[in-house]
Amino acid sequence: MKKIIQTDGRHRKLEGWPLVFTLITTASILVGGLVEFIPLVLVKSNVPVISTVTPFSPLELTGRDIYIREGCNNCHSQMVRPFRDEIERYGEYSKPGETIYERPFLWGSKRTGPDLARVGGKYPDLWHVRHMQDPRSTSPNSLMPPYAWLLEHELDLSKVSTKLARLQLLGTPYSDADVTAAEQSARAQAAAIAERVAADGGPQGIENKEIVALVAYLQRLGRDLKAASAP
Amino acid sequence: MESSPTATATSRSAQPVEIFRYDDQIVRMFVVATALWAAVGMLVGVIIALQMPFWQANLGPYLSFGRLRPLHTNAVIFAFAGNAIFAAIYYSTQRLTKARMFSDLMSRIHFWGWQAIIVSAALTLPAGITTGKEYAELEWPIDIAIALVWIVFAVNFFGTLRMRREKHMYVALWFYIATIVTVAMLHVGNSLAIPVSFLKSYPIYAGVQDALVQWWYGHNAVAFFLTTPFLGLMYYFLPKAAERPVFSYRLSIVHFWSLVFIYIWAGPHHLNYTAIPEWAASLGMVFSVMLWMPSWGGMINGLFTLRGAWHKLRDSVVLKMFVIGITFYGMSTFEGPMLSVKTVNALSHYTDWTIGHVHAGALGWNGFMSFGLIYWLLPRLWRTKIWSDRLATTHFWIGTIGMLLYVMAMYTAGVTQGLMWRAFDETGRLAYPDFMETVIQIVPMYWVRLVGGTLYLVGVLLMIYNMIMTIRSAPKDLPDPAVAVPAA
Ligand code: HEC
Ligand code: HEM
Ligand code: HEM
Repeated sequence: MKKIIQTDGRHRKLEGWPLVFTLITTASILVGGLVEFIPLVLVKSNVPVISTVTPFSPLELTGRDIYIREGCNNCHSQMVRPFRDEIERYGEYSKPGETIYERPFLWGSKRTGPDLARVGGKYPDLWHVRHMQDPRSTSPNSLMPPYAWLLEHELDLSKVSTKLARLQLLGTPYSDADVTAAEQSARAQAAAIAERVAADGGPQGIENKEIVALVAYLQRLGRDLKAASAP
Repeated sequence: MESSPTATATSRSAQPVEIFRYDDQIVRMFVVATALWAAVGMLVGVIIALQMPFWQANLGPYLSFGRLRPLHTNAVIFAFAGNAIFAAIYYSTQRLTKARMFSDLMSRIHFWGWQAIIVSAALTLPAGITTGKEYAELEWPIDIAIALVWIVFAVNFFGTLRMRREKHMYVALWFYIATIVTVAMLHVGNSLAIPVSFLKSYPIYAGVQDALVQWWYGHNAVAFFLTTPFLGLMYYFLPKAAERPVFSYRLSIVHFWSLVFIYIWAGPHHLNYTAIPEWAASLGMVFSVMLWMPSWGGMINGLFTLRGAWHKLRDSVVLKMFVIGITFYGMSTFEGPMLSVKTVNALSHYTDWTIGHVHAGALGWNGFMSFGLIYWLLPRLWRTKIWSDRLATTHFWIGTIGMLLYVMAMYTAGVTQGLMWRAFDETGRLAYPDFMETVIQIVPMYWVRLVGGTLYLVGVLLMIYNMIMTIRSAPKDLPDPAVAVPAA
C-alpha cells in the first residue's frame, strides 16, 4: 500500500497515464453496477409471480399516462411498506409481483399526499371526479391542486393501440386482438364509467373527457391483489 | 499545485519557448449561464415552495406543482450545478494540463448544446411531456441530445488530456474523469426506452427492475453530478483561494478510489422496505454506511487545507463560501449514511426529512461551492475588481440564514409527520387516521421554508447584480491569456 500512495509511488506513475487511469476508473464503477444488475435481469425468480396480476386495460393505461403527465407521482407514492401503521392506513403491503407491468414504476419518493397503491375501490367514481375537479369539495383542508381541466380536455385515444403494441413488444402479454381493439375497448370502459357517474348525480357526458381515463386508472390501483386474496 | 508557468519561461530564457493561449471566453460563457439558471431554477423552487402550503398558487395546467417540481430539479441540477461544474472544469483543466482546450468548436457545441437541452426541458416539462422518472424526466429525443453533447464534452476533455504539457494529472482531474465516464454510463443505462411517438416512450425495464435501475441512476446522479465534480472543483480552487497546498496527497488517493468504487453500490438505499429483493436492500445499506468514510476523507482534505490560513477567511468571501460548502458536504454525507440505516429510513422515507437532506447538500454544498467559484473567477476572468465585496459578504450571510431556515424547517416537518403517521392510540388504532391532520400540522414549516428559500434566492440575485456591475467595469478587450512554456 505504502508503495502505491507515497509521493513518488506507483500511483504517481498512474497519474501520467490518462488512458489507463480512465480504464481503471471505469472498471471500478462497473463492478458494483454489474453485481446488482445481472441477477435482476437474468433471474426471473427474483420477482415471484402473482397469478391475478394482469396488464392495464387500454383506458387504464391512458389514465396512467395522464397521471404521469400531471406529475401526480411527485406527491403520491404507490408503495405500502410492511409496517403495522401503513397496513392499517392503506391496506396490504405492496408485493414485487404487483408491478411487473409498470413502465415506468410509480412508487414515488415523497408523500405530500397519501399513498395511492390501494386506492382502487375505496371511493365511488363520482368521488374522484369531484375530488379532481376541486379537492376541497371532498377533503376540506386539502393542499392538492385542482385538476378541473381534466373534465374539459378531450380524451385522446389515437395512440392507444400503438401504446399497446409497443408494450406487447416489450413483453406485456397483450394479444394481437387486444392491440387492434384497444380504442374500442377504451371507449366501452369510458362509457360505463361515465354512465355510473351520471347516474350518481355527477356531470353528464364525460365519456370523452380525460377524467374518465384517470378515474379508470385510480380505481384499478390495488385491485389485482384484492382479487388474489378473495376466495 | 502546478508551478507558475511564467517563471518557467523566464528562468530558461535561453531555451526556445512555445506560446499558447487559454480559452477563457468559454469559461465566461459558462459562468454567466450558471448565474442565469441559478435564478431561474431557484425562482421555480420558490414557486413550488409557495404552492405546497397555498394551493391557490397552482395556476392552470402548465404551472401546477406536479409539472413544475421536475422543472425545478432539472433546472437546479443540470442547468445551475451543471454549468457551474463545466465552468470549473474548463478553467482548471486548461491550467492543470498547460494546454488550451482540445477544440474550440467542441467547447462551443458543448456550451450551446447544453443550453438548448435546458431550454427544451423548460418547454417540455411544464407541457407535461415527461418520462416520470426522477431526475431523468426528459423524453427520448432530448435524452439522445444529452448523450451526444456529453460525448462531445468527453472527446474535448480527453483530447485536452492527450495534448497536456504537464506529465502528471492533478487530483482534480481524476474526479473529472470519474464524472465524465460515470454520467455517460448512468444516463444511457437508465434512459433506454422504446418510443411510442416523438414525445412519449416506455422504459424497457418494468416494475422492480425499473425501480432498481432508476435509483442506481438517481443515487449516482447525486454522486457523479453533484459530488465528484464538486470535489474536483474543491481540489483546484480551494488551494488557489487559500494559497496553500492540499492537506494530504495520500488521503486524496485513498478517498478518491474508495469513493468511486463504493458509490455505485448504494442505490437501493432509496428503496428500503419497498418491494425489492432483500439482498439488494441490505447490500445498498451496507455500502451506504461505508460511504461515510471516503466522503469525510474529502471533507477533511478540504478543511485541513486551510490549516494556518483560517485568518484569511475574514477578508475572503470566496473562502467563507467554500468553508460553508465543505462543512455542509460533511453534514449531508454523515446524514446520508444515517438515513440509509433501515430503522431511520423507516421514519424518514417519504417525509420532508429527505427534502431537508437534499437541500443541505444542494444549497449548502453545491450552492455555496458554486458561489465561491463564481466570486473567485469573476475578477480573474474579467480582469477587474469585484464591484462590491460588501454585497458579496451580504450574499454570504443571507444565503446562510436562508439555507438554515430551509433545512431546519424541513427536519422539523419531516420528523413530526413521520412520527404522526406511525402513532397509535391506547386502543391500538391509528392516532391520526385522517392524513390531512398530519399535513396541517406541518404547514407552518412550509411557510418557514418559503421564507428561507426566498432569502436564498435574494442572495443569488445580489450575486447577479454584483456580477453585472463587475462585468460593466471590465476592460472592453479581454484577450485570452498567453502562456509561454519551453518548446518540446
Ligand atoms: C401538491 C401535492 C399533490 C399533487 C400534485 C397531487 N395530489 Fe392528490 N392529494 C394530495 C393531498 C395533500 C391529498 C390528501 C387530501 C385530499 O384528499 O385531497 C391528496 C389526495 C388524493 C387522493 C385521495 C386519496 C385517499 O386515499 O383519500 C387521490 C385519489 C389523489 N390525491 C389523486 C391525485 C392525482 C390523480 C393527482 C394528479 C393528477 C394528484 N393527486 C396530485 C396532494 C397532491
Ligand atoms: C431557492 C432555493 C430553493 C427552493 C425554495 C427549493 C424548493 C424546493 C421544493 C419546494 C421542493 C419540493 C419538495 C417536496 O416535494 O416536498 C424541492 C425539491 C428539490 N430540490 Fe429544491 N429548492 C431550492 C434550491 C435547490 C437547489 C439549489 C437544488 C440543487 C442543486 C435543489 C434540488 C432539489 C431536488 C433534488 C429536489 C427533489 C427532492 C426529492 O425528490 O427528494 N433545490 N425544492
Ligand atoms: C455519503 C453520502 C450520502 C448518502 C449515503 C446519502 C443517502 C441518502 C438516502 C438514504 C436518501 C433517502 C432516500 C429515501 O428515503 O427516499 C437520500 C436522498 C437524497 N440525497 Fe443523499 N446521501 C448522501 C449524500 C448526498 C449529497 C452530498 C447530496 C447532494 C447534493 C445528496 C442528495 C440527495 C437527493 C437529491 C436525495 C433525494 C432523492 C429522491 O428521493 O428524490 N445526498 N440520500
